[in-house]
Amino acid sequence: MSVTAPSVQALVPEPAEIIEKRSFGSRLHAYRLRLRDPAARPRFDFLPGQFNMVYVPGVGEVAISISSDPEEEDLEHTIRIVGRTTEVIDRLDVGDVLGLRGPFGSSWPLNEARWKDVLVVTGGLGCAPVTGAIDYMFRRRASFGRISILHGVKQPADLIHRDRFEAWRREPDTWVGLTADQPDRAWRDRVGVVTELFEEVEIDPVRTVVFVCGPQVMAVMAVRILERRGVPSSRIFLSLERSMKCAVGLCGHCQFGPEFVCKDGPIFSHERVARFFGVPGL
Amino acid sequence: MSESSGAPQWLERGGLQQLLDELRAREYDVHGPVLRDGAIAFEPVVDTAELASGVHDVQEAGRYRLEPGDGGRTFAVVHGPAALKPFTFAPREPLLQVQMDGPGSSFECEPVLPDTGRVAVLGARPCDLAALAVQDRVFLGDRFPDPHYAARRENLLTIVVNCTRSVSTCFCTSMGTGPEARSAYDLALTEQDDGFVVRARSDAGREILGALALPEAEEAALDRERIDLEACRDGIDRALDTTDLRELLYENLSHARWDDVGERCLGCGNCTMVCPTCFCHDQRDEPELDGKASLRVRQWDSCFDPDHARIHGFDFRARVRDRYRQWLVHKLASWEDQFGTSGCVGCGRCLTWCPVGIDLTEEVAAIRGGGTA
Repeated sequence: MSVTAPSVQALVPEPAEIIEKRSFGSRLHAYRLRLRDPAARPRFDFLPGQFNMVYVPGVGEVAISISSDPEEEDLEHTIRIVGRTTEVIDRLDVGDVLGLRGPFGSSWPLNEARWKDVLVVTGGLGCAPVTGAIDYMFRRRASFGRISILHGVKQPADLIHRDRFEAWRREPDTWVGLTADQPDRAWRDRVGVVTELFEEVEIDPVRTVVFVCGPQVMAVMAVRILERRGVPSSRIFLSLERSMKCAVGLCGHCQFGPEFVCKDGPIFSHERVARFFGVPGL
Repeated sequence: MSESSGAPQWLERGGLQQLLDELRAREYDVHGPVLRDGAIAFEPVVDTAELASGVHDVQEAGRYRLEPGDGGRTFAVVHGPAALKPFTFAPREPLLQVQMDGPGSSFECEPVLPDTGRVAVLGARPCDLAALAVQDRVFLGDRFPDPHYAARRENLLTIVVNCTRSVSTCFCTSMGTGPEARSAYDLALTEQDDGFVVRARSDAGREILGALALPEAEEAALDRERIDLEACRDGIDRALDTTDLRELLYENLSHARWDDVGERCLGCGNCTMVCPTCFCHDQRDEPELDGKASLRVRQWDSCFDPDHARIHGFDFRARVRDRYRQWLVHKLASWEDQFGTSGCVGCGRCLTWCPVGIDLTEEVAAIRGGGTA
């Protein structure tokens, strides 16, 4: 039996040096990475929403979305310290080396969103996959219509990027809504879950593209409200999270119904996954 | 690979050793069914005397026994727990050799590809062959063809033995995979009392047959073959109704039967280990104690493993019910979306090797409405 030329390259991490580390609290850091071999950079061209496998030699690999702008030379990953591999990444600093394999997966439909209104719904701590896309739009502000950002957190301390939300709030033709489920006395924004912000936001169902990124419960609620407001399922995009080991659709861990989240996703139109979305335990 | 097979030929019972010798002369490491731990396993064989003999298998849901008597046949045992899967998708496969100085240091990665010689497997069953074709699609059919599988697959020669006997767990007839080989093989044998009808279906197979200089099979032998295969087909009672199966399962993701089977299932993952098409695997680093080197390895994994769908602080499939549903719906429904074929070949191993005898054909029938809902 003869077989087609297999892709060994997709398996091999490329060394990249940390050239900047910014910390947001003690458990979240943004790492700017520069590939040791500049000739490898074209292979890492990406679109917002795609991810790399970040490798710590001798420890393990984690799937992390790319938060920098596609036109920048360096690649940025915003990494939350949550497990064995990220605990080691936590201790790394400028000059240290990580491995990168990628980019993998689908991207936010930024071309489709051009000249349209964009509504971003995010929740909890998982907004990193969408912040790159928001920055992308503001850097190309004239190409997009009204931008609305709804962000919900459980407690005020979870709102790590308040300065970014404040900066976005000052942009023209932009509406930013923040809400906390369990506010403290200093909290000046809305109280409640993110879906309650929908009451305040104007949505033109004919010209709005929606990006949803956050906990599944929030995403399910958001989709329900959006459909009631007349936004078609084909223009609601969801970023899904699953366990990933190989990133090339072979290890089986990231399956969601018929989809391999690593290669068919992580960003799906709701229309594509509607049948499975929100089914408990899938 | 050419599909045309020349005229069927005849191999005397005693000629099986010549076939083995011919394969070995062509530098094939020949594996055949031998007795091992109360079952059969594919292991290296040099002499036909090493092949399992004197026994046949009795299989039921949750039960596997070898009992005395082989009816004078070399391939009296239908199958053991392992199909061809370990030959192409190794249970443990090194992927990368990593040289480093510790976390954060510069490192170098060298891909490790299997250094496999030619392997011939004698005695694979038609369902095993069908499963190999399914795994070819999984590992080679996409935009990231798997180099390790490819290297092993290229060196594999398949000598399938058509089934003239079945066990109670077989349902290949429902899946269209048996009792005679349908997928591409190199050589196929159909065993009779005094010898074998032999067919070649690849260049490698034809070359080997050519070297053996066998006579054409007589009309009587071919008639007998038809009758034997037909009798085997008729003897298979178990059935899986595949009518609109994908849709049936997708429509019933919340069926009460999942809770019911979730109560019975131990979540042990045996079914996924014996399944000839299951492909889930884990990838991990195995660092040396001095921290200067690490081997990145992949290893069979199971969707029944509690860590399979777990991410930091959250398990997408926390209940055994969720894991069984994932396995069955993937196997019989979403596999079709992913690879254009069912993930089940009807070999029945998942029934036999399930410690509590869960029978997927029964689970599907129940969801279809024939059992307790």
